Amino acid sequence: MSDAEREDLRRHGILLTSLEELYNWGRSNSIWPLQFGLACCAIEMIAAATARFDIARFGAEIFRPSPRQADLMIVSGTVTKKMAPLVVRLWNQMPEPKYCIAMGACAISGGPFKQGYNVLKGIDRFIPVDIYIPGCPPRPEALLHGLTQLQEKIKAERLAGPDTARHLRPENPGEFPIPDYGAHDLQPPNNPALFSPPSLPRKP
Amino acid sequence: MESLEQLRDRLLTRFPAAKVELVLNPGASPEHSLLLEAASAREIALFLRDDPFVKLDYCSNVTGLDWPDKEIIETKKVSVPDPAGGPAKVVEEKTKRLQPGYLEAVYHLYSMALKSTAPVILRLRTVNRSDQVTLPSLTPVWRSADFQEREIYDLYGIIFEGHPDLRRLLMWDGFKDHPMRKDYVAPDDFEWEPTPHGVVHERAKAHYPLPGDRLGQTPAGQQPGTVSPANPTTQPEAKP
Amino acid sequence: MGPQHPSTHGVFRMIVTLDGERIVKLKPVFGYLHRNHEKIAESTSYLASMPYTDRLDYLCSMTNNWAYALAVEKLGGLTVPDRAQYLRVIMAELTRLVNHSCLVGFLFNDLGTSFTPLLYAFREREKILDLFEALSGSRMMCNYQRFGGCRVDPSPEWLAAAKALVDNFPRFLDEYETMLTGNEIMLARTQGVGRLSAADAINAGITGPILRASGVDYDLRKVDGTGFYPRFDFRVPLGAHGDTYDRYMMRILEMRESVKILQQAFRDLPAGPIMDPKAKLRGFRPKAGEAYGRLEGPKGELGFYLVSDGSPNPYRYRVRPPSLINLTLLEDMCLGHTIADSVVILGSIDIVLGEVDR
Repeated sequence: MSDAEREDLRRHGILLTSLEELYNWGRSNSIWPLQFGLACCAIEMIAAATARFDIARFGAEIFRPSPRQADLMIVSGTVTKKMAPLVVRLWNQMPEPKYCIAMGACAISGGPFKQGYNVLKGIDRFIPVDIYIPGCPPRPEALLHGLTQLQEKIKAERLAGPDTARHLRPENPGEFPIPDYGAHDLQPPNNPALFSPPSLPRKP
Repeated sequence: MESLEQLRDRLLTRFPAAKVELVLNPGASPEHSLLLEAASAREIALFLRDDPFVKLDYCSNVTGLDWPDKEIIETKKVSVPDPAGGPAKVVEEKTKRLQPGYLEAVYHLYSMALKSTAPVILRLRTVNRSDQVTLPSLTPVWRSADFQEREIYDLYGIIFEGHPDLRRLLMWDGFKDHPMRKDYVAPDDFEWEPTPHGVVHERAKAHYPLPGDRLGQTPAGQQPGTVSPANPTTQPEAKP
Repeated sequence: MGPQHPSTHGVFRMIVTLDGERIVKLKPVFGYLHRNHEKIAESTSYLASMPYTDRLDYLCSMTNNWAYALAVEKLGGLTVPDRAQYLRVIMAELTRLVNHSCLVGFLFNDLGTSFTPLLYAFREREKILDLFEALSGSRMMCNYQRFGGCRVDPSPEWLAAAKALVDNFPRFLDEYETMLTGNEIMLARTQGVGRLSAADAINAGITGPILRASGVDYDLRKVDGTGFYPRFDFRVPLGAHGDTYDRYMMRILEMRESVKILQQAFRDLPAGPIMDPKAKLRGFRPKAGEAYGRLEGPKGELGFYLVSDGSPNPYRYRVRPPSLINLTLLEDMCLGHTIADSVVILGSIDIVLGEVDR
């Protein structure tokens, strides 16, 4: 049945759905983020939860203190090399299906602090990121937009077939190796399975 | 409030064995400082804290500073007599002198009791930057120096003798370097992209003269955008 | 506890040794947000460091800007026009309102009143942030002060809106206090908890409302007379016991004083330029030398120590972070109390990790 036909039926008061849609609809509207702030962006994350922006409209107001109960990690702020192993550990402790939002320039790439010796140049070196929200810090509206984008992403996930969602594929690792504190840097400095540095060839 | 010269003279009469030197600040602000030597620093600090005339009971700020070895080229004009009997030639003779570097700890002191508005600044200098980097800790005198001295130990590598708990403050325990030193080379794990902070990248390039395109240049004989296995873009850090 | 712990105000970690529920040893661990601000500043120009100061204490960017501008002005021998001085006072006091009201909200979060006071605090904060945004273009990272003055001149409409907000602020404070000050849980959990004696506080270099809660009359706005503060008529509230309750009351009383300062500032704001014509922002090269500028920030003495070697970049750039130094006595305050109290004591110290670790 095509989408147009279904739309036509809906106009007549007949709601057709599939288990997949119902399941994704439920999941996407009750995302529980991990209560976990890193830096400046965390304040905007709190602001997004307060009365003016009210993240509860999107069903994501239950910030869980424990990673075991959360299914969304909002990496809100600069991840330092000292903090990176702990972020990866928190990610490993979260149950599948889990999603990650990199909020702010620092979480995406190191941002203004990119030149720092103790700053991780993007959390995507160690854990997979679903949504990137640029800004320094992003406004709470931007976070809400990122959240709705994530909801779209969840709604589009397939439970079976060739394009099955990541968390249902058997080869999905779920857990990622935790880097060690080295003598000069993190060991390894990134997860090669996830990240390969982009090369920007300059024209001669 | 007495001037810094008067304070220095008073310290010298009180501690005849100590060496107290006035360091003038050439800048616009009239903040001059007293250079103490390591042996007598804690006694003098205690005296300054309890002395009723200055009563420096509040140590506001402790800063580490790194002054690397400096090569000074001195040019002297020497007249060399001409062996042929002509007039003496004036030749510029250049002598290179290596001014040894040192690490420095700077303490900004105020008086809360007297509500002083100008700081009294103490400076302590180590002998060199490599092995003789011990200074007396002033944490027993002012506890506010506790975390700040730990931070200096962490970032500069000054060892404060008599500090109750000298550990790294900001970096992790297994970390070996002292990153705020001027000659520290950060692990070069970012990709080249044009930013206003190009200086950092230029410096990194000098340290890592890699043939690969780590810093954006494509090596000869390689298509842009490809990574040859012999020369991967994620190379382990070459440490000096 | 920590660094990911819901009640540690960011990525702060404490290693706590317990005897039953009592704390016998407490060692804070820092560095989880060490962003190398000082090192980065050594390789950028003086002007380019200004946005980084916003991100130090990310609740009060305006006072950070001011403290940095103060140090650079001292280094370069710049003066500030009258109107800019008044604007700086206005911004600093608005920031103090933001910081203190949020702090009280966070403190109650630590006491277990999940989120409700914070909602009230953030409601007021949003109003002030709207003003900041209208003026500087950014909600949190204002980047508004410049050495030698301020960046933009507020319009009369902006001033009218700000004045209306300030006039309404005491009503919010009354509402807040009705809810919180006499609250039974508040009294039981904070009175006599985390006592700090005046002598200890002075020796440990503690500044700001925490020092004044211990009864030491030391406010840099009065002592140094930074900016035009001596022109304003305001009181410095002092505590008597130095416990957590006094620290809470200091914040509330300081907000009331800030409102007074703001009302006077709006009344007296002169017309005129807002930048020193001699100030050169781009390519600013001060003479070799050093300067230490300090300011009474909402959290305590915020100082910047700059050493110049005559180049466009500072040779050494040091932040004197009040949050870090106020934590010196955390262990002493917590000893003998229960682990739940340590959370409240930490909340009353008012730390922001961006400033603690820089």
